[in-house]
Amino acid sequence: MKRKDLYTLLLIAFLIVLYPWIVEGNEYFISILVFLGINSIVTMGLCLLMGYAGQISLGHAAFFGIGAYFSGILTSQYSYHPVVAFFVGIFFSALVAFFVGKPTLRLKGHYMAVATLGFGEIFFIVFNELDFLTGGPSGLSGIPTLTFLGQVIEGTAYLYLVWGFVFLLLVFSLNVINSRVGRALRAVHGGELAANAMGVDAARYKVQVFVLSAVYASIAGSLYAHFITFISPSSFGLMPSIMFLMMVVIGGAGTIWGALLGTAVLTSLPEYLRGLEDFEVLAYGGILMAVLLFMPQGVLEGMRKLLKRITKTTRRSL
Amino acid sequence: MSLTSQIIQFFFTGLNVGSIYALVALGFTMIYNATAIINLAQGEFVMLGGLIMVFSTAVLQIPMFLGFFLTVMVVTTLGALFERLAIHPLKNASLITLIIITLAGSILFRGIAMLLWGRDPYGLPPFSGGKPIPIWGATLQPQFFWVLGITGLVLLGIWFFFNRTLAGKAMTACSFNAVAARLVGINVKKMVLLSFSLSASVGAIAGAIITPITLMEYDRGPLLALKGFAAAVLGGLGSGAGAIVAGFLIGILESLGAGLVSSGYKDALALFVLLIVLWIKPSGLFGSAEESELKKF
Amino acid sequence: MNEEILRAENLQKSFGGLRAIDSLNFAISQGQIKSVIGPNGAGKTTLFNLITGIFPPSNGILEFKGRSLNGLKPHFIAQLGISRTFQNLQLFANMTVLENAMVGRHTQTSAGLLSTGFRLSWMKKEEKEIEEQALAELSFMGLEEKAALEATSMPLGEQKLLEIARALATYPKLLLLDEPAAGLNIRETEKLCHTIRKIQQRGITIILVEHDMSLVMEISDEVLVLNYGKKVAEGTPRDIQRNPEVIAAYLGEEIGDA
Repeated sequence: MKRKDLYTLLLIAFLIVLYPWIVEGNEYFISILVFLGINSIVTMGLCLLMGYAGQISLGHAAFFGIGAYFSGILTSQYSYHPVVAFFVGIFFSALVAFFVGKPTLRLKGHYMAVATLGFGEIFFIVFNELDFLTGGPSGLSGIPTLTFLGQVIEGTAYLYLVWGFVFLLLVFSLNVINSRVGRALRAVHGGELAANAMGVDAARYKVQVFVLSAVYASIAGSLYAHFITFISPSSFGLMPSIMFLMMVVIGGAGTIWGALLGTAVLTSLPEYLRGLEDFEVLAYGGILMAVLLFMPQGVLEGMRKLLKRITKTTRRSL
Repeated sequence: MSLTSQIIQFFFTGLNVGSIYALVALGFTMIYNATAIINLAQGEFVMLGGLIMVFSTAVLQIPMFLGFFLTVMVVTTLGALFERLAIHPLKNASLITLIIITLAGSILFRGIAMLLWGRDPYGLPPFSGGKPIPIWGATLQPQFFWVLGITGLVLLGIWFFFNRTLAGKAMTACSFNAVAARLVGINVKKMVLLSFSLSASVGAIAGAIITPITLMEYDRGPLLALKGFAAAVLGGLGSGAGAIVAGFLIGILESLGAGLVSSGYKDALALFVLLIVLWIKPSGLFGSAEESELKKF
Repeated sequence: MNEEILRAENLQKSFGGLRAIDSLNFAISQGQIKSVIGPNGAGKTTLFNLITGIFPPSNGILEFKGRSLNGLKPHFIAQLGISRTFQNLQLFANMTVLENAMVGRHTQTSAGLLSTGFRLSWMKKEEKEIEEQALAELSFMGLEEKAALEATSMPLGEQKLLEIARALATYPKLLLLDEPAAGLNIRETEKLCHTIRKIQQRGITIILVEHDMSLVMEISDEVLVLNYGKKVAEGTPRDIQRNPEVIAAYLGEEIGDA
């Protein structure tokens, strides 16, 4: 792994470990970071798909939901072991992603975007309509918490569990990015024609990364279900899909660190909007638009450029 | 009600709903023809048309037809502003950015609507009073005729615009080759602005006429847009006539499906159509495969 | 006599009513440098696209080392050992010079999603080899100093050299160069001529589409002349220069222009 990436990762890990002490075990603050971790898992996968491979998905919350519902239903209604349910969710997500992805990723730009919107909506409808399984619009409650050796995993322990996954997947992602596969994905993004001419099977890689991103989302969904123990379709519909997309785009779709930054910003945003819920949707639209118009490379790049300009002017004035 | 009259009832409902899909599809097609952009905020124009109409009738208390014109003017202006402020500055941006900016626009419009009108659905009184008309075992509300009639007028007007006016032909020219269009003196920037404004008008009209029947709430936009887009691709993206036919087709199928099979999944029908068309024949029923290859996205 | 590496028999490609390639017969011997020339619209780029699988022939035979290319996908054809550059440069603008060349190593390496994700030891070894081999090709083209630069930040002439380096990184048996001299000045063209000879010395067969006649005549073992998708003539550069039909095809254009 590149040294820069390793140091950043260690820094974040350090902060995560310290965090519960910093917030003095406050449940509310810990849960924010848990959600941040869960969202990050989704956005890392989405970033591989969008930032590196250059594709688009406006329906990714569907996979998040598949993971959540499989974990929720199999453990609460059918008493399966959470680990089994976890893998079943991943398997099913991968399967759906494969069959949906193959025809969808052949489409160009706008068509692909709308197709992903379409199947995202279809899954939302399915989550609502299969109420004998999913509990319908009123949701599914009573999802068991995770236990280890008889102890319930919650609070700080769950924080470490989630972020353990985050770091594992982050390392995995960085490994893929800095490799033959990562270059193949970026080649597909850089120019499918040339990529194919150099022997990169663009179609196959697009589907592969799509499936991988669906697996990430499913993992996040399972972790989500066992944390809040109650899930409903509204967490897996259009707005959540758009939110995930926004997190990737705003931070800077080009790099995985940008995606993590965007996730951090947008996950904590609702907290600043407490009491201003009416403005929530408007705020998201406004932020997205502002970033696209003024910082199209994303906040990370925007900050980097800003930093460069500041250091340049201070250097000049010295 | 006998099965036949039920089917006839669903058919009529389908015609109404289909009118809206046809108008949304037309809106998509117009913008796409001028710019090769898919405007993901199209559904919001419809939503705003309905809600602003509600505002003008219920709050401003002005007569309906005045409110109608006011609504269309306001939404058209919003469409034009959207083009100027969000689309035009990004004209050289990547495709993904353009997709996302129209997405951002739709979220913004939805946010404003939520702020101004809240989450509840609103209704409108029908444009003319009167008793329901029984026909062939089914009953038709007078609004049914308003919807079909106004839709027909709009379609006629748009057809006239594209086929008989210079501006309309100029707009079509832009979609085929913006550079060539510019070279023969067509102001492409104006055409793009015009396309967004026209689409907004058409959307607003659709929203205003359907709200007396189906009510309107702040987040109706996305599903409408998806279904309208399904109609647009089914008809062959770029073909106005195709979009209209497909819109009615989808409306009727959806209504029949909802009535005869299951109403919970009715929205999924149009979405399935969308996916099947995109996956198997993206050029749709009336488009040509070669033409859709040529169109840059 | 060297064996045939590429063979076309009665090759045809139509687009709707237009016959872009019509009843084309030719053969290329292993180790040759063969140029394809002809007026604009003669079908040269179509021929390249047929060979590299961008679209299939409408009719006829196209064989590479005895194996039919008909209907094969471009990435598979690349795996078979055919590589190319593009007339209008198709570098990966989102990557550095070295990374572009490293993509060229794709067909001959095999690490997949899991082995890269878990960073298995054989994958690390392969990664190192990829970097070394890509760097070697950059050196061959004189670009090793620029390895860390963004690919599109280099001047046009060097970008063209990078595309060749990337294609060479696939260790091709057959290399298709699409107007490599376009936009180059005389000195750069001379250097290119020298480089193409060095490529031939590595045992790679080369097909060259070019308008620069001095380069074509200087470097080619054989020349194939196309017009309206048909073969006008095929032979040594000297034969071609003397061929009255070739001169007629170029009527209105001066032979020897860059």
